[in-house]
Amino acid sequence: MTQYLLSVHDDPEAMAALTPEVMQEMFAAVDTFNEKLMAEGAWVFAGGLQPAGTASVVDGGGDRPVVTDGPYLEAKEYLGGFWIIEAPDLDAALAWAAAGSRACRGKVEVRPFQEEPPPGD
Amino acid sequence: MTEPDDAPGPGSAAAEVERVYRAEYGRLIAALVRRFGDIDLAEDAAAEALVTALEKWPAGGVPPNPAAWLTTTAANRAIDRIRREGKRDAKQRAAAMAYDDTPHEPVGPVSDDRLRLIFTCCHPALAPEARVALTLRLLGGLTVPEIARAFLVAETTMAQRITRAKRKIAAAKVPYRVPAAEDLPERLDAVLTVLFLVFNEGYLASGAGTAGTAGGSGASGEAAEPVRADLTAEAIRLARALHELLPEPETAGLLALLLLTEARREARVRDGVLVTLADQDRGGWDRELIAEGHALVRECLRINRPGRFQLLAAINAVHTDAPAAADTDWGQVVALYDRLARLDPSPIVALNRAIAVAEVDGPAVGLALVDGLPGLEGYHPWHATRADLLRRLGRGAEAAAAYDRAIQGTANPAERAYLTRRRGELVAPPGDAPEA
Repeated sequence: MTQYLLSVHDDPEAMAALTPEVMQEMFAAVDTFNEKLMAEGAWVFAGGLQPAGTASVVDGGGDRPVVTDGPYLEAKEYLGGFWIIEAPDLDAALAWAAAGSRACRGKVEVRPFQEEPPPGD
Repeated sequence: MTEPDDAPGPGSAAAEVERVYRAEYGRLIAALVRRFGDIDLAEDAAAEALVTALEKWPAGGVPPNPAAWLTTTAANRAIDRIRREGKRDAKQRAAAMAYDDTPHEPVGPVSDDRLRLIFTCCHPALAPEARVALTLRLLGGLTVPEIARAFLVAETTMAQRITRAKRKIAAAKVPYRVPAAEDLPERLDAVLTVLFLVFNEGYLASGAGTAGTAGGSGASGEAAEPVRADLTAEAIRLARALHELLPEPETAGLLALLLLTEARREARVRDGVLVTLADQDRGGWDRELIAEGHALVRECLRINRPGRFQLLAAINAVHTDAPAAADTDWGQVVALYDRLARLDPSPIVALNRAIAVAEVDGPAVGLALVDGLPGLEGYHPWHATRADLLRRLGRGAEAAAAYDRAIQGTANPAERAYLTRRRGELVAPPGDAPEA
């Protein structure tokens, strides 16, 4: 099994323009998707993020950490949320990503984690 | 020269080893990937098996089953390599693999290692140009420099492209299996498209290398040519293998399309000038390839599940069926393009359909269709088609302008020579030239 990060990239302006009804539908669809991930043992972790305006960047490379306001990169679309899933191969991960993308109505990037988690005893 | 009298010449024996190796490479790599689950390891082990074969075969002769010999030798090298890595878990893995040659998983109607590998190489999560390169490298056995030359990119660029794709396959776990039935049509289409691209790259040879780059000499062009001709042969070889492994109608359609196109290759260029279908010496067509292609098209018609490649093959079958250009059943060609346009409503299909319509209903009708097509300003065949139709309508000045646009748009020297000659044959009324 490999762990994959499924990250959702939103356009905050488009998100803000959604009606409450559409938002409600979206949340319900994401809840259903999350339940399916858990039921099938693919769920590791997931979360939605506060808007990119709440982000801070810290550079600890110098003598003293330097903190700046705002996200790491200025962009039109920002990381809005993510799932970490466990899947046997990329095809399985892509199938989860397709369902997740449908549920949250955003594009989903699929990226494998560096190594398998150590086997549990 | 101090070789023993009885031994075959080292050159010819080595060439025979290379030939067998190249022919068996796809099978060899595919078997090793299935067993060890690691493409890099498979390639290294295959290369070591080649070195061993080059040492042993010239003296001892080619073994009765060279593919099995290469696979066993390469597998042993792979196990040695895993052991040399010295990691405990690797050692355990090697021991397990040495004895546990797991059987093929049931993967549907056919289970061949090469089939799995081609679906891995043509996975939609890989960039299209990486799919083409990987397929040629791992299944075709072409070397990285050969692939780089064929696609006219720097060797380092091609090496990076292939390395990056292999890294993604390993890290993201692109599976090594034939897709499930419900995904098969789409995934097969990706594989067929790769083979079609490989073929076209060899057939059209449209890149700057063949046109003579700045400071390019005839010699460099000659050096590039055989590799590019190899691409058409390689695409046909892989399409044949695929058709044998997965005889879907679209696979048969692609193979037929490649064969019927290849059959006309020799007649397509004369003295460095492109010869259009209408003017080709049909005696110069390869009848054997045409017969094979026609048989495949008939097979597709019987099954009656038409797809893009089958329709293109059927169109080519109509052309290759006509003893002379004037005998072409253009009505049939139009009907086939109508069906193709329903599957693929792209303006390029519509352009080709318009060319056939011009043969049935005349150049004025064809031109009206061509002029109504959106978004083809940058596509030189659109200008070449307009030029030809305008020429046939006696609109010389407009035809000349269209030929100019077509000539500007292509780097292929044979095509440029053809268009330039055609343009020169126009008789434009004086004072009728449009503003440039």
